[in-house]
Amino acid sequence: MADTLWIGTRKGLFSLRSDRARRRWKLGGPQLLGHIIHHVVQDSREPRVLLLAVRTGHLGPTVMRSVDRGRSWCEAAAPPAFRKAGAGAEARAVQRVFWLSAGHRSESGTWYAGSSPAGLFRSTDGGERWEPVAGFNDHPMRPQWAAQATPDGEFLHSILIDPRDPQHLYIAISIGGVFESTDAGANWTPLNEGCAADFLPDPAVPFGHDPHCVVQHPLMPDRLYQQNHCGIYRLDRPGRRWQRIGKAMPRKVGDVGFPIVLHPIDPDRVWVLPMDGRTVWPRTSIDGRPAVYVTADAGESWRRLDRGLPRSQAWFTVLRQAMCTDRHSRPGVYFGTTAGEVWASTNGGESWRCIVRHLPEIYSVTHAA
Amino acid sequence: MPCTVRIASPLRSYTAGAGAVTARGRTLAEVLGSLEERCPGIRFRMIDEQDRIRPHLRLFVNSSEARELTAKVADGDTVHVVCALSGG
Repeated sequence: MADTLWIGTRKGLFSLRSDRARRRWKLGGPQLLGHIIHHVVQDSREPRVLLLAVRTGHLGPTVMRSVDRGRSWCEAAAPPAFRKAGAGAEARAVQRVFWLSAGHRSESGTWYAGSSPAGLFRSTDGGERWEPVAGFNDHPMRPQWAAQATPDGEFLHSILIDPRDPQHLYIAISIGGVFESTDAGANWTPLNEGCAADFLPDPAVPFGHDPHCVVQHPLMPDRLYQQNHCGIYRLDRPGRRWQRIGKAMPRKVGDVGFPIVLHPIDPDRVWVLPMDGRTVWPRTSIDGRPAVYVTADAGESWRRLDRGLPRSQAWFTVLRQAMCTDRHSRPGVYFGTTAGEVWASTNGGESWRCIVRHLPEIYSVTHAA
Repeated sequence: MPCTVRIASPLRSYTAGAGAVTARGRTLAEVLGSLEERCPGIRFRMIDEQDRIRPHLRLFVNSSEARELTAKVADGDTVHVVCALSGG
């Protein structure tokens, strides 16, 4: 099976296609040169279909769709947009479509999109026409949940659809917290118990947290992991209290980061890429020595994986959508940096090599079969 | 009322590469509606869902900047779509 990585950057879309052994990678692109690509997602239900979240420096945000495995792209006829505000009401406009998730396998053509400022949108026609999910966007608590605490507005991301139940959704808002719906988005409740929010005057709040990335294991959908601004967490449903599994990380490294990625079949194994969250939050690799950490026991313990990565003076930043795994039984792990490099491991992170350099700032690295 | 709309390069994927197209309308809103009929999708890239001109765009009717879509447009006018972006 050949693999493709889609690389969304601040200046266009690239692809990396491997041979069967994942030893050689061929760079394709740029497509949409100059466009800001926030996310590229393959439709697992219909693999020839991909969606990408895009804007340019001048123009408003939109979604593009490919039905030929990324050879060509067409813009959505009705991109995600908030409802027109009535007189005196808050007039929100989508600044960026930040996140895309394909819907449940039983709902062919359904997609979800998350935006900044925080908005949730749904398409039921394969990404051609998008409608606001009123249950979230117009929820009476939404102005408190996503309180415009950052100048760009909050980012809505990590839209998770329970593989057992298309009505059961999770979303995350940075800053805002994790929220759950059991009725296809008609209503939402916060799900942040146990998460720290040490940047707030009252850290024991029900929402207002800063989840950076939340993942749900497809084979054990009651298992959630979260990389938060304030640590790494695991939640086993129906429990409601997140456990800070990042406490087992080395003290000198800490448990701050953006991405967290799943093993395709082992729910106890996840990878993170810690970053420096000290003082003024450089958000680079810690002490200039990048390393991935893996747990094989659901966060009870962590192991450093840095063979092949630079030993010093490498100030990586890896954003939340810029790390992924493939679907091999011994999965490849990949990440892209804001300095335009893509690093790959085909042995579960045991060793790493750089497979491309000199791309624009990387926002998203996603795998496509 | 026909007018000419001069299209900045970031928007020419909607006009098949044309730098100027003809549209109709008595106000900027009507002209943009006419443009949208001819070039589907172009309006939302310029104007947000609250009918505000996007931050990195400026619209001029002849040599006067129009900050609202209610600005008047007359027969033979030229509407300029100007893109403004700083940084790299």
